[in-house]
Amino acid sequence: MQVGILYSRIRKDEKLLLSELRERGHDVVKIDVRDLQFGLDEAPEIFADLDVVVDRCLATSRSLYATKFCEAYGVPVVNSAETAQTCADKVQNSLALAGAGVPTPATDVAFTKESAMESIESFGYPCVLKPVVGSWGRLMAKIDSRSAAEAILEHKATLGHYEHKVFYVQEFVDKPGRDIRVLATDGDPVAAMVRSSDHWLTNAAKGAETEAFELDAEAKKLVQQASDAVGGGLLGVDLMEVGGGDEPNYTVHEVNHTVEFKALNDAADADVPAEVVDWLETKAAAKQEVVA
Amino acid sequence: MTECVECGADVTLHDNAEVGEILDCTTCGAELELVERNPPVLDRAPELEEDWGE
Repeated sequence: MQVGILYSRIRKDEKLLLSELRERGHDVVKIDVRDLQFGLDEAPEIFADLDVVVDRCLATSRSLYATKFCEAYGVPVVNSAETAQTCADKVQNSLALAGAGVPTPATDVAFTKESAMESIESFGYPCVLKPVVGSWGRLMAKIDSRSAAEAILEHKATLGHYEHKVFYVQEFVDKPGRDIRVLATDGDPVAAMVRSSDHWLTNAAKGAETEAFELDAEAKKLVQQASDAVGGGLLGVDLMEVGGGDEPNYTVHEVNHTVEFKALNDAADADVPAEVVDWLETKAAAKQEVVA
Repeated sequence: MTECVECGADVTLHDNAEVGEILDCTTCGAELELVERNPPVLDRAPELEEDWGE
């Protein structure tokens, strides 16, 4: 198949994918989105004859627009623009999960410091304030007191981009020092790991330790539901362990659409790039069937 | 082998270096992006932006 890779930086994740695709004899076209102009009518020439395009843009903004243009040109793209749109924004992500009945942390969105403070006080301390767009644990705040809340809200309102004036306030989930990352293709888990840290943030990008994790039936079901809720695709579903008894054992806090998997590939037994390419082959074959 | 655009030191590329990959200059520590493979051309890597991530 002819595969286009949209990128602006080649990380280890992209190298793993590129190696797997080339080893299988697929034609790979690397598409640096920084070099392109996306017109309204005709696709840039580099998109000609591609069976599928994989969006691996590091910048969320580029991801959103580039996938939109791919679809406008009739070029199949994973993930879809709809999935990217939903996953890129924490508000849309939370609404999609809650709307699909997937357990997700209690969340309020407020547009002024005063109304955000009311949310914070109603959640109690600690609670969490997150930017609506962002990754790798950046600009996440665990708020332990009213004075801390006042300072953070003031800073965000005064210094931040307008998106930082959309205050995303969330309950603090007292997870057991770890969360769970699942990489899934259209809801089918490829591999899972726990990310453990003494810090309240357990992102791999923050240096959390990783270890393979065996998903139980409930977790698998939630991964499928969460994937469906955001439109499916190649996704990183993040869960935290909670509750137990009659309560759900997990809560899904977010779904990532340009999922990084190098840490997962090292931690888990699965050959992640191989399974991702298996899935891409089925996507490309399905497209060829539709065209024929 | 090519030259760091920051300090001029020699930078050795590994065999499977890809265009778009980030390399560190071992002399000055600058982050460099490989923009051409044959012959190798390096540029300063772009700064981290707020919307970068997964």
